[in-house]
Amino acid sequence: MRALGNAHAGPFEFDVPAGACLVITGMSGAGKSVLLRMMADLDPHQGDVALDGRFCSAMPAHRWRRQVVYLPAEPGWWSDSVLDHIPDDVLTRGLMAKAGLRAGVLNDPVHRLSTGERQRLALVRGLRLAPRALLMDEPCSALDEATTLMVEAMMREVMTGGTAIVLVSHDSAQAMRMADLRRELANGHFVGVDS
Amino acid sequence: MTPILLNTGDMLMAAGLIVGCAALSLVLSLGIHRTLVVAAIRMAVQLVLTGSVLLFVFGRSSVWLTLLVLAFMFSAATFEVGSRQVARLTPAWHFGIGGFSTMTGTIIVVLVGLLTALQPHPWYQARTAIPMTGLLLGNVMNATSLSMNTLLSMVSRERAAIEARLILGATRAEAMNSLIRQSIRTALIPTLNQMAAAGVITLPGIMTGQILAGMDPFEASKYQIVLMSLIVSGNMIGATLSAVLTSARLSDARGRLRLDHLAR
Repeated sequence: MRALGNAHAGPFEFDVPAGACLVITGMSGAGKSVLLRMMADLDPHQGDVALDGRFCSAMPAHRWRRQVVYLPAEPGWWSDSVLDHIPDDVLTRGLMAKAGLRAGVLNDPVHRLSTGERQRLALVRGLRLAPRALLMDEPCSALDEATTLMVEAMMREVMTGGTAIVLVSHDSAQAMRMADLRRELANGHFVGVDS
Repeated sequence: MTPILLNTGDMLMAAGLIVGCAALSLVLSLGIHRTLVVAAIRMAVQLVLTGSVLLFVFGRSSVWLTLLVLAFMFSAATFEVGSRQVARLTPAWHFGIGGFSTMTGTIIVVLVGLLTALQPHPWYQARTAIPMTGLLLGNVMNATSLSMNTLLSMVSRERAAIEARLILGATRAEAMNSLIRQSIRTALIPTLNQMAAAGVITLPGIMTGQILAGMDPFEASKYQIVLMSLIVSGNMIGATLSAVLTSARLSDARGRLRLDHLAR
């Protein structure tokens, strides 16, 4: 996966090999979310992103987003019923178990779930699409240590399947654990060198 | 068919009622007496002017004069449809979409009415065309502005929900579908209420007018039915067009939500 975004932040130029995890760190407001949103083609931008050699601009945007799934720090919900977002099937149950979510969550109204439960449900919702690339914005910000490790195990599993991950994280321990590649963002530009 | 004509005494009585309401507002310190009096004067001037202009236009039976009056009405509607909305598009698009939807909805149903049910001779006869357009235009304008207003205020509030759908691979039509439908439904509620209440709770305006003007109540009810159907259809067209166009303007060809197209 090769990216060339460019707008409020950037220009950026980087590759993330299939099955690898690029961790992006940087202070709040450095442009990390802007970068992820551009990669998901959610904001206007110059430049292009390619997935397995196929350019985003060359395919309908919704097909791109089904393969390059962006998980925002605060996931959105279009109704108050969890089942309107995620069907209750074997795939969902399996992913929920891996994320440490109790099965009852499916029947709860969204507003009653904790922030951490919502974050993990959004991950389940995204992983159901079997994306080729995952753009994760602070996926574990509301999770405790043990649950964070469960989510990281899920991330490693999808990486084994060839999915590339771009992870924005404030947690340096998590960055150490997950990163195959690391970049630091400041004022809309990468600083420092590749590790 | 002898219409009951009103004399000076009747008009004074109307003025007396307004003064009475204003006095009541003073006594109850509602603070609306000023607005009330201004609105009443404005209404009286507008209506008397309209009456005089129509009297003049009906006397001429000129197509161009009729078209001029209609053009004026459409411009006023285009301005009004976009007013009183908190969230708005940039002005050209805001008034463009509002005006276009209102006019399209109105023109279609006016033509349907003039060419089928009413069939005046000639079909563009001012005495029929102008009041018909006025009646329908006012209704379609309401529906269109309600529809736009609902969509515009919901889109900014529901940003996260819309993007959640986009993120999961929905097209912009799929992501905004439920908002569009909700806007159209909201826009049609007043019309639906009006239809449900027609004849039972209220005697609708057209029917009342026809009866007061001396028409047989049964015939008047048929008039009301046809006009009400035209109103609903016009409202539906106007509300749907404005919701679809507004949602298209708030997204782009890459299926992104473009709240930057809202006026700041």
